[in-house]
Amino acid sequence: SAKEQEDLRMVECVLLIRDAQDKAAFAELFRHFAPRVKAFLIKSGSDASLAEECAQDVMATLWRKSHLFDPTRASVSTWVFTIARNRRIDMLRKQRRPEPDELTWGPESEPDAAEVLEFQQESTRLVQALSELPEKQRVLIQKAYFGDLSHSEIADQTGLPLGTIKSRIRLALEKLRHTMK
Amino acid sequence: MTNIKHHLNDALLISYAAGNLPEAFGLVVATHVSMCDDCRVRLEAFEAVGGAMLSGTSGDSATSEMEVDLDATLALIAQDPVDRKAPIRIKPGLFPTALQDYVGGDLDAVKWRPVGMGVRQAILPTSKDASVRLLHIPAGCAVPDHGHRGTELTLVLQGAFRDEFDRFGPGDLEIATEEDEHTPVAEAGVDCICLAATDAPLKFRGIIQRIAQPFLRI
Ligand SMILES: [Zn+2]
Ligand SMILES: [Zn+2]
Repeated sequence: SAKEQEDLRMVECVLLIRDAQDKAAFAELFRHFAPRVKAFLIKSGSDASLAEECAQDVMATLWRKSHLFDPTRASVSTWVFTIARNRRIDMLRKQRRPEPDELTWGPESEPDAAEVLEFQQESTRLVQALSELPEKQRVLIQKAYFGDLSHSEIADQTGLPLGTIKSRIRLALEKLRHTMK
Repeated sequence: MTNIKHHLNDALLISYAAGNLPEAFGLVVATHVSMCDDCRVRLEAFEAVGGAMLSGTSGDSATSEMEVDLDATLALIAQDPVDRKAPIRIKPGLFPTALQDYVGGDLDAVKWRPVGMGVRQAILPTSKDASVRLLHIPAGCAVPDHGHRGTELTLVLQGAFRDEFDRFGPGDLEIATEEDEHTPVAEAGVDCICLAATDAPLKFRGIIQRIAQPFLRI
């Protein structure tokens, strides 16, 4: 599908930045994600000028951390989302964010192309599945992520369609645990 | 760790994935996830939902009107093109790295203060919307009988405790809310070390404890 091609192209762009400091690839990534990041920040309470500053910083971080992106464990949009989220906690909420112990690939291990493809396709399917949820449920999820719904306001049974993406993530983690031994 | 029976719930994982959890709760989540691959998988899946929400916002007018300055961003990159921060190393010890960062070391670096009946605690510095502490409960001892005003998360790091409902061993997380009243008792054997966060003061039932409460900052 077109969305699938677009998502795979975004992965390619990150790898081009990592391997060749490719500015055209960065511009492509930027056109796609920078407006979304800025909109996300404004939706979650930032004013326009802070959102601009923060969005620039998030996009610059993509360049600087391109070597840390693992396409068997995250789509580019998930990676961007986590960077934007952390920046938001930092700049808007002025808090520290405690992070779980990191499990990362050693710098020399290149992820398997088939695994990358499968994971990225699964991520695209998740976007599709979420867009097909009933309006009411989707609004609630949007509020939980972009608004400030507290954990006690979020129903424990979310009914999110996470089956296959979970098994992909589990596989990637098991491999990682294995290579770390 | 494979024997974990009590996990984070979806609501806590989503709030943490979305970046909306008070720092004190975030520390308990990060510590549990460091010990539990099941919850790590669920957390990454909820982060994928965040990514999907970001990716799915293409059609709305709010997004298409947004412009961000590409040249200014390229200038930022030119100033500082590589991330020079050393990758975060996993520190060996009883405590996962996130917790060690708040303590300033592992178990032997904790600055304990007595809170009565043999129980000791160390409050860790976080933002004020919730608080988090380490608790040291001698084997066989009880934590005073109490109810809760908000949400209380208790994560076992060493030893085990039981209350009226269940048993909690290393890695297990108890989630208690307004309705719950319980008396946790540390099991015999090894002393129990827990990480406990709450977004409101606990309400103790005994009158003496109620008077003492402001001083103990429980
Ligand atoms: Zn768990
Ligand atoms: Zn309690």
